[in-house]
Amino acid sequence: MAQNESATPAADEVMRAADGTPLKDSLRRSMRRAKTKALLLVAPLGLFILFSFALPIADMVKRSFYSPEISNVLPETAELLGDWDGEGLPPEEIYAAFAKELAQADEDRNVGVVSQRVNYVMPGARSLFSGTARKLGDVESGPYKPKLIEIDEDWGDPQVWSILKREAYPITMSYFLSAVDMRYNAEGEIEAVASYMQIYQQLFWRTLWMSVLITVLTIALGFPVSYLLANLPVRTSNLLMILVLLPFWTSLLVRTSSWIVILQSEGVLNDLLVFFGIVAQDNRPQMIYNKIGTIVGMTHILLPFMILPLYSVMKGIPPSYLRAARSLGANPVVAFIRVYVPQTIPGIGAGSILVFILSIGYYITPALIGGSSGQLISNFIAYHMQQSLNWHLAAALGSILLFVVLGLYYIYNKLVGADALKLG
Amino acid sequence: MNHAFKTTAVAGVTAMGLLAAPAATFAAESLTIVSWGGAYEESQRKAYYEPYSEMTGTEIVQVSKSANGLAGVRSQVEAGNVTWDVVDMLEGPAIRACDEGIIEPIDHDEILKPAPNGDSPSEDFIPELGECFVPEILYATLFAYNAEMFDGDNPSTIDDVWNTADYPGKRSLQKIPAGNLEWALMADGVDHEEVYDVLDSNEGVGRAFSSLSKIKGDVVWWSEGAQPPQLLADQEVSIATGYNGRFFNAQVVEDQPIEIMWDGQLFEVDGWVVPKGKLTDEVKQFLRFSTDTQRLADQAKYISYGPARHSSASLVGKHAETGVDMKPHMPTNPENLKTAIPKDAVFWADNGDSLSERFNAWLAM
Repeated sequence: MAQNESATPAADEVMRAADGTPLKDSLRRSMRRAKTKALLLVAPLGLFILFSFALPIADMVKRSFYSPEISNVLPETAELLGDWDGEGLPPEEIYAAFAKELAQADEDRNVGVVSQRVNYVMPGARSLFSGTARKLGDVESGPYKPKLIEIDEDWGDPQVWSILKREAYPITMSYFLSAVDMRYNAEGEIEAVASYMQIYQQLFWRTLWMSVLITVLTIALGFPVSYLLANLPVRTSNLLMILVLLPFWTSLLVRTSSWIVILQSEGVLNDLLVFFGIVAQDNRPQMIYNKIGTIVGMTHILLPFMILPLYSVMKGIPPSYLRAARSLGANPVVAFIRVYVPQTIPGIGAGSILVFILSIGYYITPALIGGSSGQLISNFIAYHMQQSLNWHLAAALGSILLFVVLGLYYIYNKLVGADALKLG
Repeated sequence: MNHAFKTTAVAGVTAMGLLAAPAATFAAESLTIVSWGGAYEESQRKAYYEPYSEMTGTEIVQVSKSANGLAGVRSQVEAGNVTWDVVDMLEGPAIRACDEGIIEPIDHDEILKPAPNGDSPSEDFIPELGECFVPEILYATLFAYNAEMFDGDNPSTIDDVWNTADYPGKRSLQKIPAGNLEWALMADGVDHEEVYDVLDSNEGVGRAFSSLSKIKGDVVWWSEGAQPPQLLADQEVSIATGYNGRFFNAQVVEDQPIEIMWDGQLFEVDGWVVPKGKLTDEVKQFLRFSTDTQRLADQAKYISYGPARHSSASLVGKHAETGVDMKPHMPTNPENLKTAIPKDAVFWADNGDSLSERFNAWLAM
């Protein structure tokens, strides 16, 4: 080193590589080459994640508050409504723009896009819009205000226009409000919906507590099994492992349907209970198509996600630690609780977070055996995606679920630390 | 403006396109037709698809996705890559899709075949022809029961369904408001002709829900058409609502002890729609062929759904496998229509969203 330093001719002279380029540049270039290579290798995965995961999620979040249907189809009306103060009935100018653009929309066959949008907040809007659009063909000149009111008296209702003004703005909180059982009232203030319409808050809570319950159940059931698997001779434990893995590899639908066979009121379990005289023939307990069905089915299906990480952690705990504890005078229970269990925490943590996050978004099992009281929030997201086609509301529900999971993960990370995770 | 979504959609569609590439290569001689699966799609295969393929050499690709047909059409049209040529849809969703401009308007008298006696399609089809919709069959949602679960006295009216004391056992109802609210009103004493008048007010809806609440504790909810016959056969429930064709199949073909009650049958129309941009000559030819008088009557050989043409009615004969006379099993048979409710598709298009919200909240309570 010292020799090198002394050999350095002057401060402004740089060290050069064999080919004459400055060593710094040469190093940077080869580093860059290595980085590019690494980047190219992960590029397929990166692109895949970007297109199949990141962009759809961004799109979902955007859809939950961005709803430009009205300003797309009725641009001039939307702009004029934005400038209007919202007091009483709008001026003739807005009626005229609205009538013109609605007639155009009827021709372009996209009245439905607008009316559906308004129908979410005002039932019956669909007929009002399409009926008016059809009749507008006969209206040739203004003034449009009396003519529209003549076509349907609802156009003389200030409330209709204030709703239209609010919903015409492309950024809206309406869907997030619906997703937590709230809405705008006639004055534009936020209020809770009528009690017979409230559903989502309750569903979010139910989804959370059932996920926690299922996680706790899988720990309770999975811990002894993993312990057994980790401590039996390899031959026997391999055989037992097959018993864990076989259901894990079996189709989800098959496993869910077999719970129907077992739990239904004319099913195997009930027949056995009746046969042994535990319950009366005409008083069979309802164990499926309710919460019990969902809890039993999901606990069974998610159990391997708890057993496998637990097993891999337990496999790594040297038996000598327990023996050492015993030799220092601890009785078996104390040795187990104070020496063995703390070492399994990373496994419990990993299993819990897997099971909890999987169950918070679970959908097929509750749909099939959950009845109406065992439905989770994902069933309603699917419902709004496929049946009601209110994709904005589905996006709002999905976004809330996403933020809840991220929030919980953040708390978990603060408490346990993600580096404590051990997945095998 | 909609850029991010379009990018995503395009990417997704490209990915799907890559997967579906082998299917797309012979797209020229094939039609992708979406329907409901099960015995119903089977009847379409025998009555239209096979004769059509034989006649034209066109291969029919069957996709059983009609349960989410509207969602599928909408997402394909939005992404600008429509792969479905013809979709079997109920009248209500078809009205909505037509309003949204995602399916093609259809000139019935130009595309479809007139009746053998010369009547134009607009005269010959039973229901009113929607702007974008070609009716195919009339089917009913109605109650059926397992006869082995009642000794002697079988239920026969909607009132009996609500009478859990005299007619014990669980009920199975579809997990949607449509139908259930109408029947709940009938059970509450409303005449079958007035249910929609009553339902068109807040008090009426409240009345329907409180009537439905009376049996809520005894209900097992179904969502797939295959479930109710199964629940009845398993004796999991004693009375269930379901599609009359499925019940017919269980009763006649599978010989289950299932009996149909025609009281208050809720009938509606099912038919073809064409997604935006797909109304090609090939598709027109298929629509013309599959909805002619003979083809609609042929379908009734395989399933007990009523053909949507007057001229087909007299051609309805015997069941292809069992030789049972099909006429008494048709929803359109005058005997079965006495207390029938024609489902009001426009009412449900308007109020479906809010009633579904309320129904879901009611269920979760």
